[in-house]
Amino acid sequence: MAATNVEVWQKAILVSSLEIAEGIRQIVLRQNNPAKAAPGSHIDLMISIDGEPTRRSYSIVEQSPDLKDITIAVFKVRSSRGGSIALHALAEGTELDITQPIQNFPLRFGATKYVLLAGGIGITAILGMATALKNANLDYRLVFVARSKKAMAFAAELAEAHGNRFEQHIDDEGQTLDVKKLIASLDKNTELYMCGPIRLMDEVRREWSNTDFDITNLRYETFGASGWFEPEPFDLNFANSSVKITVGKNQSALEAIEAAGLEVISDCRKGECGLCEIKISGLQGKIDHRDVFLSPEQKAANEKFLCCVSRIAAEDSDRGSVELVLDSAQAFELSQD
Amino acid sequence: MAATNLGSTTTTKITNYPLNAWYVAAWDYEVTRTPLARTICDRPLALYRTEDGKPVALADACWHRLAPLSMGKVVGKDGIQCPYHGIVYNSAGRCTSMPAQETINPSATVPSFPVVQRHRFVWVWLGDAALANPDLIPDMHQMDHPDWVGEGKTIHADCNYQLIVDNLMDLTHEEFVHGSSIGQEELSESDFETTHSGNTVTVTRWMKDINPPPFWKKNIQDVYPDYEGKVDRWQIIHFEAPSTINIDVGVAKAGTGAPEGDRSQGVNGFVMNTITPESSSTSHYFWSFQRNYRLESQLITTQLREGVTRVFGEDEDMLRAQQKAIEANPDYEFYNLNIDAGGMWVRRLLEKMLLAEGRLGTRAEGQPGNK
Repeated sequence: MAATNVEVWQKAILVSSLEIAEGIRQIVLRQNNPAKAAPGSHIDLMISIDGEPTRRSYSIVEQSPDLKDITIAVFKVRSSRGGSIALHALAEGTELDITQPIQNFPLRFGATKYVLLAGGIGITAILGMATALKNANLDYRLVFVARSKKAMAFAAELAEAHGNRFEQHIDDEGQTLDVKKLIASLDKNTELYMCGPIRLMDEVRREWSNTDFDITNLRYETFGASGWFEPEPFDLNFANSSVKITVGKNQSALEAIEAAGLEVISDCRKGECGLCEIKISGLQGKIDHRDVFLSPEQKAANEKFLCCVSRIAAEDSDRGSVELVLDSAQAFELSQD
Repeated sequence: MAATNLGSTTTTKITNYPLNAWYVAAWDYEVTRTPLARTICDRPLALYRTEDGKPVALADACWHRLAPLSMGKVVGKDGIQCPYHGIVYNSAGRCTSMPAQETINPSATVPSFPVVQRHRFVWVWLGDAALANPDLIPDMHQMDHPDWVGEGKTIHADCNYQLIVDNLMDLTHEEFVHGSSIGQEELSESDFETTHSGNTVTVTRWMKDINPPPFWKKNIQDVYPDYEGKVDRWQIIHFEAPSTINIDVGVAKAGTGAPEGDRSQGVNGFVMNTITPESSSTSHYFWSFQRNYRLESQLITTQLREGVTRVFGEDEDMLRAQQKAIEANPDYEFYNLNIDAGGMWVRRLLEKMLLAEGRLGTRAEGQPGNK
């Protein structure tokens, strides 16, 4: 019953795939070995991108009462690294390797007030929490932010289910969320759970840190998939090796480094743990820090780079590049190659 | 047909435990600013108290490398620090400090379980937290009501919790197990009545016009020192799911109207029992003997506490032996007697709770071969 973060892999069959909003498909997976999904849970699945089995995480939107069917919603990002494109193309009946529900974003019962904040496809992580808070008869607001009405999944259902607890802010209708105002409307007993683009989450975190609210009452989940700039190819150079690597638009720097046969220690692959941090010795362009490990001050200093999620954006017309400092043993091995 | 559909486990030897329920984790005085390790329903917990006195139950394993938080120390207003690398969590189980980095990994949490302090106990809910309504805590108001006094202890029992519940739901065993104190042959000779509701079972037994056994003779003489006559004795066993049993016990001078409701010529106690599964084969058994007479006498309080301790020691030996025999005889089943009606209703209620959790028929954890 207790939520788990243990990975248990199983087979699942894709039983339906339906476009429910612009670029968003709702996909139902029937699990071979079902387990209950607590609010805020996700699954990891393996998807083949250019023939390479690649692991991706998707929040669980809904689970059938018999626990077998779980629903995810997949946004085909323009800047996708390829996972969402491949998933969108899968036919009904396809068998996939997926984990049982994994819980890294638990909803705590017992706060006096809740704000659930979703940006775009981030609604998938938040929706189950809204249902749970409603069922538990707790005091919550559900705030849904999106760039356009067409791009909002589940908006009509949410409006119906949550009535005046549901608020939406649509950028291209001139209703952009005023984050400062949102935070100012809260009190120190409010817990805020959010999932959305890093720009939104960074702003909320910044405003939150300007209050005297308990920092642990701000809960968020990031899959490291969004940044401040559109992804574009960039180059990796190394201070102590002549190896040069180009990071494609659809891959992470970590993936490119691994593909080149270098070893970097890493774990979470979503910018949380800090294991894949590499020192920077040179930079052309801007670092698109997409992690939540480095502090704003550390990010501004541009001395470290989390290669699992962060990228380089070009300035002017030159392709961006970053020079990294490998550990010396590895650099030695490379120079022997 | 309905009962068949449930897949009857009413004679299951090792009963699984419901998780959507409040269990006593500790006596209130046991939970302090020094963390306490205790396993409830196979889940190790670290129990401690915040600076403002609120009890806390966290999973006893640090998010990082699973070192037991109970070996750590409390820090700040409501935090606990892992003894290994110094990671700090607050009472919600959320990390507030990580070594050697400027930020905190947002995934770094340990489960924090709903906790309520009530009736001199600290209660914990390990199941679906959305359902953890404090109104569902069993009624044990005699524990801290001004009309009642008493003391008790904790038995670490080497048996499945259901065996203790069985023991308390049928007191005919007193004649054989507790012959020198509360047992007497009238227990088996007298009739009893069993009633039940959605989450309670009550077994009522009256033994009228009998000689009081030694324990009760002493008690009635604490109020009526010269009384040597016969008594009307009662045992009214109140079970509240999943594992709380409060037994209304007493004797009154025979024929003074106690069975009809006038207990003024008698003495009344409540044996308060609440049993918390530790594992499938061990339990934390919290009990107290509360009385509503001679409230001023600490001597009587101590005598009753020690008297019941001796009585329950006899049960403890029997239950340990029973658990061992169950494990040693996996190919033999339980059979039922008429006297098991109360215990069987209890099993029926537990079965429904387990069914609602989707855990009926799953074997008790850690117990091979239970069907």
